[in-house]
Amino acid sequence: MLAASWSTLFEPGFFSSEPVRVALIVGAITAIVSGVVGVFTVIRGQSFAGHALSDIGTAGGSAAFLVGASTLYGFVAFNVVAAGVMELIGIRKPRGRDLATGIVLGASLGLAALFLYEGTISTSTTGATVNVLFGSIFTLPPGITTVMAVLGVTAVVLIGVLYRPLLLSSVSYELAAARGVPVRLVGAGYLLALALAVSMSAVTIGAILSTALLIGPAAIALRVASRTGVAIAIAAAVGVVACWAGTLIAYDSTVWAGGNGWPVSFCIVVVIFVFYIASGVVSRFRRNRRRATTTDQPLAVKPVEAA
Amino acid sequence: MFASFMINAWEAATIVAIVAGVVGFFTVLRGEAFAAHSLPNGAFAGAAGAFLIGANTIVGLGVFSLAGAGMIAGLGRRARSDVATALTIVLMLALGDLFLSRTSEYAPEIFALLFGEVLGVSTSKLGPTAVIAAVCIASVIALYRPLMLSSVTPEVAEARGINPRVMDLAFLVVVALVTTMAVPVVGSLLIFSLLIGPPAAARSFTSRPLVAMGLSVLFALVTVWVAIAVSYESNLPIGFFVGAISAFAYTVGRAWTAWQQSRGRKVAR
Repeated sequence: MLAASWSTLFEPGFFSSEPVRVALIVGAITAIVSGVVGVFTVIRGQSFAGHALSDIGTAGGSAAFLVGASTLYGFVAFNVVAAGVMELIGIRKPRGRDLATGIVLGASLGLAALFLYEGTISTSTTGATVNVLFGSIFTLPPGITTVMAVLGVTAVVLIGVLYRPLLLSSVSYELAAARGVPVRLVGAGYLLALALAVSMSAVTIGAILSTALLIGPAAIALRVASRTGVAIAIAAAVGVVACWAGTLIAYDSTVWAGGNGWPVSFCIVVVIFVFYIASGVVSRFRRNRRRATTTDQPLAVKPVEAA
Repeated sequence: MFASFMINAWEAATIVAIVAGVVGFFTVLRGEAFAAHSLPNGAFAGAAGAFLIGANTIVGLGVFSLAGAGMIAGLGRRARSDVATALTIVLMLALGDLFLSRTSEYAPEIFALLFGEVLGVSTSKLGPTAVIAAVCIASVIALYRPLMLSSVTPEVAEARGINPRVMDLAFLVVVALVTTMAVPVVGSLLIFSLLIGPPAAARSFTSRPLVAMGLSVLFALVTVWVAIAVSYESNLPIGFFVGAISAFAYTVGRAWTAWQQSRGRKVAR
């Protein structure tokens, strides 16, 4: 009975398959790095920059593809430059900042169109567009794990070094500036970490999953946790679980979908969404309970509700 | 360049540019750049889905972009709008990935949906484009005052009984309509650039809304016309020129603002 349900849950070959093993490892590393960086992305309201970078790098990736260099290096180089440009434009109000991000994104996608078009003519690989757009966790190039580990570790270390000033300037820019935190420098360092993390994830698992793992788990964690450190841990854990569950569902789906399985990206995104909805229920339940307990207290010590 | 097979391209691009100039003005004013990117980009999933079940591409685009607009507005009630938008585009793209995996025939057309095929617009596509464009312009005119008020001074708008959530949804629906109109002819990348580049530049030169809107339409028209001409002559994709010209216009606008400010400071001193 147990064995039967075990083999229904994990279709045969799941654990012995090399692509699956690589996908599980790569997915976990990416999810952890994205979780750490993503919590700050959500706090700072820079989701658009996080998503845009996964598309912007496409221009660098396709340029590298055109000249025959490694896509990854093209991607990283272009993203770091783009992050620098976004920081140089340096608008702090979210509206203007999103606009500047959009302009950089539009120009980069224009370049990507140019490079992909040239690439299509010279080698006629229309699949390149799809690959660059979606990526695929099951078809990772060999030897990519070392490079991505370096990128991921650099991003996480950067966040670790900047942690306190970054947190302060993310929560209150004015307060941080008044306390003498070099807010521009911290912001630039954070964007660099974001560029590295997004490059790493976009190249390995594609633009969809890059954004999904950056924003989804972090948004979930910030709904249920109030301390940033706890939120980061939850975000990383949720990301890893979503990645693994999604990979498993995608692998198993080849059986019920008649050989043509569901894409991994779709499965992982659906798992993240289920978690997101669940986190909404959890946070609402907690808020209600907190409200119920606070009404029992005498009025004098009742905490002031934030407007 | 003005051969008979190019007439459709000029007409389609002109229609798209006028609508983008008008709607883009509000996109920039409301800071909805992320939504303006997400709806056109994610709506291609609808086109893939429509292809899968044998429906009309425009119907698929319309259904998906409207659903996306509803989802951004709905999720935005309980989360920050940038998070809501990110989750929406991710889900839409993932669905697109799923639809694409169900068929092997559609993949090459993605390039066209993303980067546009304005030089290959057929006459049959022009009709729907013109109709939806008219609807977009009419809705902006109908929404003009409440939309303007809620974009510039949300507090005053709310005091006057304008529900900001309703305005948010209404505007996203307009962007969804623009998406449905523009993606089949110019692609999602191009419409995104047109929705933010020319209006952002226009706003740098004037603070009067109607003048800015007029300038925005003018800039959008010049952008697409120049892009088509250069694209035709050089045989390079039009998306590249639209992206580059939009970024250039924005840079000039920013430089102009900076120059004005530094001049104003000198005068004040």
